[in-house]
Amino acid sequence: MKLQHPLARTLVTARTWPFLIDVGVAACALALFFSLISTGTYWLGRPVPIVPISHSLSALPAYAFYSIIRIGIAYFLSLTFAITYGYTAAYNPRIEAWMVAVLDILQSIPVLSFLPPVVLAMVALVPGHQMGIEMGVILLIFTGQVWNLAFSFYSSLKSIPREMLEASRIYRYSAWQRFWQLEMPYAAIGLVWNSIVSVAGGWFALMACEMFTMGDRNFQLPGLGSYLQTAATSGDTRALWAGFTVVILIVVATDQLAWRPLIAWSDKFKFEQVESTDRVTSPILELLRRSTILTSIPGRIWTRIEEPIYRRMARTTDCRIVHPIDEEPDRGKPSAALWTLAICFLCIVVWGATHAILMLSTVTWPDLRLLLEGAGATFLRVNAALLISALWTIPVGVSIGFNPKLARFVQPIAQVLASIPATAFFPILLIGLVKIGGGLGIGSVALMLLGTQWYILFNVIAGAMSIPSDLREVSSLFHFTRWQRWTKLILPGIFPYLITGMVTASGGAWNASVFAEYSHVQDRTLQTIGLGAQIDAATDSGRFPILLLATILISLMVVTMNRLVWRRLYRLAETRYKLEG
Amino acid sequence: MNSPAIANAPQVPPVEAIIRAEKVEKYYAQPSENRIQVISATDLSVVPGEILALLGPSGSGKSTMLRMLTGLSTPSAGQVYWHEKPIAGAEINVSIVFQSFALFPWLTVLENVEAPLQARGVTPDERRARSMKMLDTVGLDGFEGAYPKELSGGMRQRVGFARALVVEPEVLFMDEPFSALDVLTAENLRSELLELWANKTMPTKAVFIVTHNIEEAVLLADRIIVLGRNPGHIRTDFRVQLPQPRDRKSEDFTNLVDYIYKVLTKPDVTPAQVPDQAPGHQHPETKVRDQRQMHYQMLPHARPGGMAGLLELLLDKGGRDDIYRLADDLAFEIDDLLPIVDASQLLGFLKIEEGDAAITPSGTEFANSEILRQKELFRAATLEHILLLRQIRRALESKRDHTVPEEFFLDMLDEQFSEDESQRQIETAVAWGRYAELFDFDAGRRRFILPEAPEEEAAASGEGAE
Repeated sequence: MKLQHPLARTLVTARTWPFLIDVGVAACALALFFSLISTGTYWLGRPVPIVPISHSLSALPAYAFYSIIRIGIAYFLSLTFAITYGYTAAYNPRIEAWMVAVLDILQSIPVLSFLPPVVLAMVALVPGHQMGIEMGVILLIFTGQVWNLAFSFYSSLKSIPREMLEASRIYRYSAWQRFWQLEMPYAAIGLVWNSIVSVAGGWFALMACEMFTMGDRNFQLPGLGSYLQTAATSGDTRALWAGFTVVILIVVATDQLAWRPLIAWSDKFKFEQVESTDRVTSPILELLRRSTILTSIPGRIWTRIEEPIYRRMARTTDCRIVHPIDEEPDRGKPSAALWTLAICFLCIVVWGATHAILMLSTVTWPDLRLLLEGAGATFLRVNAALLISALWTIPVGVSIGFNPKLARFVQPIAQVLASIPATAFFPILLIGLVKIGGGLGIGSVALMLLGTQWYILFNVIAGAMSIPSDLREVSSLFHFTRWQRWTKLILPGIFPYLITGMVTASGGAWNASVFAEYSHVQDRTLQTIGLGAQIDAATDSGRFPILLLATILISLMVVTMNRLVWRRLYRLAETRYKLEG
Repeated sequence: MNSPAIANAPQVPPVEAIIRAEKVEKYYAQPSENRIQVISATDLSVVPGEILALLGPSGSGKSTMLRMLTGLSTPSAGQVYWHEKPIAGAEINVSIVFQSFALFPWLTVLENVEAPLQARGVTPDERRARSMKMLDTVGLDGFEGAYPKELSGGMRQRVGFARALVVEPEVLFMDEPFSALDVLTAENLRSELLELWANKTMPTKAVFIVTHNIEEAVLLADRIIVLGRNPGHIRTDFRVQLPQPRDRKSEDFTNLVDYIYKVLTKPDVTPAQVPDQAPGHQHPETKVRDQRQMHYQMLPHARPGGMAGLLELLLDKGGRDDIYRLADDLAFEIDDLLPIVDASQLLGFLKIEEGDAAITPSGTEFANSEILRQKELFRAATLEHILLLRQIRRALESKRDHTVPEEFFLDMLDEQFSEDESQRQIETAVAWGRYAELFDFDAGRRRFILPEAPEEEAAASGEGAE
């Protein structure tokens, strides 16, 4: 008995002008292809460490394009690495704990600390081409983007519902099928949201890193970051405004053309059993869905790749038996290969550690004292920035959140604001600071604020929106005083979201400290007491022992804060302040 | 009561079992050298041509048993055989229908059903044809493009069935397949399952269903195995030879259901013989024993309010009633009623005789009193009968600051129960303790505390309780 198809998604809406959309898609593809070829030619050319940056407006599109390419490549590298790392950690119980701990530590190291090793390595690897320097910068951005993606993928894998895992085993899914039909879809939503944060972080780092000094070597790459910095130095206001506009345009375009369609599309992977009424819509997604090229060609190509794989996997013995889910970790001895690998790894670690210790021993006591003072100063600054952000974002966020229409309008804007790299504006702000005659002490706090307060804002908005209206009705029914409302209803209600926002902001502030506490402005060098400043200065002057020690200090502080403070607060949020039962 | 409809062990020549479990055990080793035995050494066979139901209260390890029989879980001891070959390396062909459907929300109905065929390397055209045919069989023709979140619970389970049957499994396993559905839908699906089985529409040779619903087991199964708990073991195993379609109201049916109720409500007693059968053999493993000496009674997870309600109802009925009928009157599932009955029995408020619940004098007093007196009686009863609550109260009284951390008792319970169950035992103890005003619990600091009461009342209750 055939019923009508009222529910089927295959019910296609009226296909108005798919042909035009197809033409558009084809044009975009061609343009992309051409620009990739020209970038490739440039990269394979001779290495030019210092590229003269022109201030003309006509050079802007090319610079913007180069920056976008760098971010794009770094992002895809991060995604691949994160998936591989998370997968390995989740399915190898023996090394799982180590891998997660390593992730924790690496996440706490500021991006700039990776600069010397990464760039030097890349330049040494590819000496004859511009690509060496480019890859150095790209890898640098990579180190800022990859860790939270890896965490997200790993924790998604660990939280797949048990019955779905059992279904995949009893029906003898191959690892390939399990990956594409269970693991990736389940992790998709987390990856999308974390990608937004990662790419924003990438832009933040890139804007500051396209021009840098390392010891006696100077580097200057063509891109938006260097454009803005040189424009600020030379005082070319027209170029500056043009540059800002381009940055904001790029961020908004990424949001509309990439993130919102992705979020709307990833709704399909939501693991809830009921359709929710509150969904993100994206007109671009609707548009793309109408293009015949995009809906059929990728699907057909993918099927043609997949089918032989499925057939081949079905014939292996691995796919003919049912693997127990509670496979006890191998009691047997690990293979010889694993032993040799472990021993090699251990040797490398020991060698590296010895060299590091030798390097560290050249640090003098006065240097160490300076570092510790700097650590204290930066610590105070980060927390001051967090406090100030909280002070204004909580009231504003709550009042926006309690007004649903306003919230629906403001939240996407706050998300875009969080994606705009504050480092793009640092140069001009610093010049302004110099003119006022202020030092970098306060200025750095302002710069940290600029980069990180938006995370707290939009998390507080989300938290306020999630407080059920009947709780608010109770508070007005019983005439709660303002103090009572805040302490008994609002603050506990937004607590989990506030903590999430503050953790992200805190990490961002530590990272920003490296750029905010030390800067070349015009022909001067502004700096203040702080760990970030010392890392920057050490990179500038090529004093690697100081760099290493400062990095260790920063990493220690961030990891300790995580364990002592943030983890406890998270647990509190999970148990006492969770709104559902 | 003299029908030959129910008999015990088959008088037919033994058939080769498809799946055979030989002395399988499941336990978890604790770091403190205690073992938590979930299932004690058990033998079980799944033979072709029958629907086998595994029935038991929660905690009896029935889901664990199912997973061991399908190869999803490795037994800690013993061996499972598939056609007399060890199951670990064998190419078995079974499917599972899950309680929560286990559908993939990002795949359409058709893609969900095709997925197992995809895993077997079937070509796309053949996959599609077989899946569409199977969807037609379960009555979902027309819904192949829908996503699971657009479907109702019953329809989702139909998809689960279609997916399970599309691979033509030799044994179909079902883990409480209808317990997440409403009564009518469940009824519907049960009869459709029987139809599919009777018409031999599926090449499946045996069906293995795990359930806690006694009526469902008697309705569907050709053979019923009843499990007991602490640790999981087989209490009785018998054939049901009532002809299909079975009538719930028929005498044979209700006798059998009653028999099973009696078996379930008396966990410490060897089950009597199955009604009306030749002195055949009982399953040898019906004696009950525990691996270790039990110190703590396992608290049934019932609220004091529920017990009060039950006792009042019982008093209304003259102090004695059949548990089956009680459940029916209250429109309760027996699985929901049994903990309340168990708890009341533990506290001495009622006695269970022959499947009937009979109120005791203390229970009568309890049911007749008003709330404050009820609390007093409850307090007296718990202090007398329940070791855990007595210990908590004593510990609180003897400490100077009158607080004890929860960890202390969790540690002791951990030796007897699994981690999850220990946590649940503490939760139930807290609920009872609060009702009885024996102690209170600070959830923030995870500590038991003495309730703040004026000195005289505390002294008086302390004396009265001792």
